[in-house]
Amino acid sequence: MLRFIVRRLLQLIPTLFGLSILLFVWLHRLPGGPEAAILGDRGTAQQRAEIRTTLGLDEPIWVQYGRFMKRLASLDLGTSIQSGRPVTEEFFTRFPATVELALTAMVIATVVGIPLGYLAARRRGGLLDFGAVTSSLVGICVPVFFLAYLFKVIFAVNLGLLPSSGRQTPGIDATHPTGFYVLDGLLTGEFDASWDAFAHLILPGLALSSIPLAIIVRMTRASVLEVLGEDYVRTAEAKGLQENTVRVRHVLRNAMLPVVTAIGLLTGGLLSGAVLTESVFAFGGIGSFIRTAIDFRDYPVLMGFIMLIATTYVLINLLVDISYSVLDPRVRVR
Amino acid sequence: MSLLTVDELTVTFTQRGKPDVRAVDGVSFTVDQGEVVGLVGESGCGKSVTSLALMRLLSGRNVKIGGSVVFDGIELLKLRSEEMRDLRGSQLAMIFQDPLSSLNPVVPIGVQVTEILTRHRKLRGEAARKEAAVLLEKVGIPDPTRRLREYPHQMSGGMRQRALIAMAVACAPRLLIADEPTTALDVTIQAQILELLKELVDSQGTALLMITHDLGVVAGLCDDINVLYAGKVVEAAARRPLFAAPTHPYSVGLLNSIPRLDAPRGEPLKPIRGSVNDNIAWADGCAFAPRCDHYTIECLQGPPALTEALTGHRYRCVNPVTTHEPPAVIATEDGR
Ligand SMILES: Nc1ncnc2c1ncn2[C@@H]1O[C@H](COP(=O)(O)OP(=O)(O)O)[C@@H](O)[C@H]1O
Ligand code: SF4
Ligand SMILES: [Mg+2]
Repeated sequence: MLRFIVRRLLQLIPTLFGLSILLFVWLHRLPGGPEAAILGDRGTAQQRAEIRTTLGLDEPIWVQYGRFMKRLASLDLGTSIQSGRPVTEEFFTRFPATVELALTAMVIATVVGIPLGYLAARRRGGLLDFGAVTSSLVGICVPVFFLAYLFKVIFAVNLGLLPSSGRQTPGIDATHPTGFYVLDGLLTGEFDASWDAFAHLILPGLALSSIPLAIIVRMTRASVLEVLGEDYVRTAEAKGLQENTVRVRHVLRNAMLPVVTAIGLLTGGLLSGAVLTESVFAFGGIGSFIRTAIDFRDYPVLMGFIMLIATTYVLINLLVDISYSVLDPRVRVR
Repeated sequence: MSLLTVDELTVTFTQRGKPDVRAVDGVSFTVDQGEVVGLVGESGCGKSVTSLALMRLLSGRNVKIGGSVVFDGIELLKLRSEEMRDLRGSQLAMIFQDPLSSLNPVVPIGVQVTEILTRHRKLRGEAARKEAAVLLEKVGIPDPTRRLREYPHQMSGGMRQRALIAMAVACAPRLLIADEPTTALDVTIQAQILELLKELVDSQGTALLMITHDLGVVAGLCDDINVLYAGKVVEAAARRPLFAAPTHPYSVGLLNSIPRLDAPRGEPLKPIRGSVNDNIAWADGCAFAPRCDHYTIECLQGPPALTEALTGHRYRCVNPVTTHEPPAVIATEDGR
């Protein structure tokens, strides 16, 4: 198992290397550059050239790439063009927010989606099944930002049940060793800060969970239906086992295999796709930062973000493979 | 009183947009304490559906079950599902055709054996594992403690079927239903599994309902044999009279189509002509008529009644076969 993990982590190196070359070239060939964003329409050709020289953008692309790689080797992603602060520092304040949000959404989607999908399959053709299938279709169709807005207006603005924006109530003075606010509170013993951060996660988390929830319900339902027709479920019934044993050990355990893969992929998708939800709730995640980075042609931030997301994807996939091999002895790795 | 009395069992599948399928059409038979009874017929004649109906394992809104199944004085078809759950695995057990697909691929064999011990015999932890090892040993699985930790894909087909048999006999059931238990196995393994089943039911006093399409299997095993055709019992008799003097043309055809060691070299097998697809509906006459050599016009006047001879030999045919040339005797002297 350990060897498998190490091998997979080593595979990360060539993956990131290839990806970095491709994207570096592609990014730098996009029309326009940071100078256009900085100067707007006003700048003269000379001013533009000066900015390009200061940023080192006038050098041949392979020299620039070499510099990027050299810095990367010491885990330095360079300096953000828009803010002038180190990219790693920018990420450190924002990425944990996005991860926290994506995980909240996935926990909601999984905890609600799997039982719902199971019940829908068990009562196939019944009212609950109809409701689950229809609402999951709606969940996939309704734009997430619209849901986010709806939740915000109803639960935060009108009913005042939950906070409407940000990650913590202004005035709460908590320390943040990791940048994951809920976790920070637990680590430092400031439990009310944890609770406050959690309350801020609920609405955006719910909104963001809609699509993964819908997908997990549908996948679980389809998968359970398939497993219910398997001979080993009939064997389990023939043994007179309690309904719960049949349900958990024989049906769900097998039905979870494809769902686990989906959960991994969906989590990865949420990390890079939470932009709109984050902006509705002024959540301060990485999404909006990346949006402006694109306008700014903030090359170091964009490259850094892509490396970060790619690494996260590989790590998530590794986790999926590990849980897969725990769940399914037939693919168990040595 | 018989241990199991199946009376006029019918199973109908309703399908939207298609005519209903009556897979089991008024089947009656009995199984006594410790007796071995065969249920024989071609593929698709309703054997599996009959056995699943007995076990109450057919579920869904598209299944209608009629008639009566009395086990040990209890009407199973009217039992609450929780009570049925208590009987299944403890009093009535079942093994299936395909041992690979019948085992859960992601759960160790040990858990699949101990779970039934926990459920019905309240054995847990080390006690359950010890008993599971004893059971595996009993069904001829070598090195049982190691095997308990293995998964189904790590075992051979024969070993898997032995493991399933171990689960089925774990609570010394009064009735064991075996639905084609050897069909998916290699020929050499088939004989071993049959031998094992025979030993187990003998030693535990378990009654066995042996379901097969292979008359060769029931020949060495069964006390009574029921021949099923298109959802109805067409002939029922004790083994000896059935093999010595089959009365229904379909049984005769089945016997003639078994390869026999005593047949002259080069003599071709005589399979029954046509296939079940040629059947007519029982309502119109004998379902076997289109394939039958003894067919006459009388065969088309409604379903033939079940005739019972003085000997207890029952057959459902208007032109029963009375002469046998050569006498189709393939199993007589095995001491049962
Ligand atoms: N779930 C079902 N829905 C509709 N028809 C079925 C179903 N299960 C079995 N049948 C039909 O019932 C008949 C008997 O099947 P089965 O008992 O499996 O035959 P066998 O004697 O080979 O075990 C077949 O014609 C089959 O098509
Ligand atoms: S009733 Fe007629 S068709 Fe049917 S088996 Fe007997 S002889 Fe053949
Ligand atoms: Mg069958």
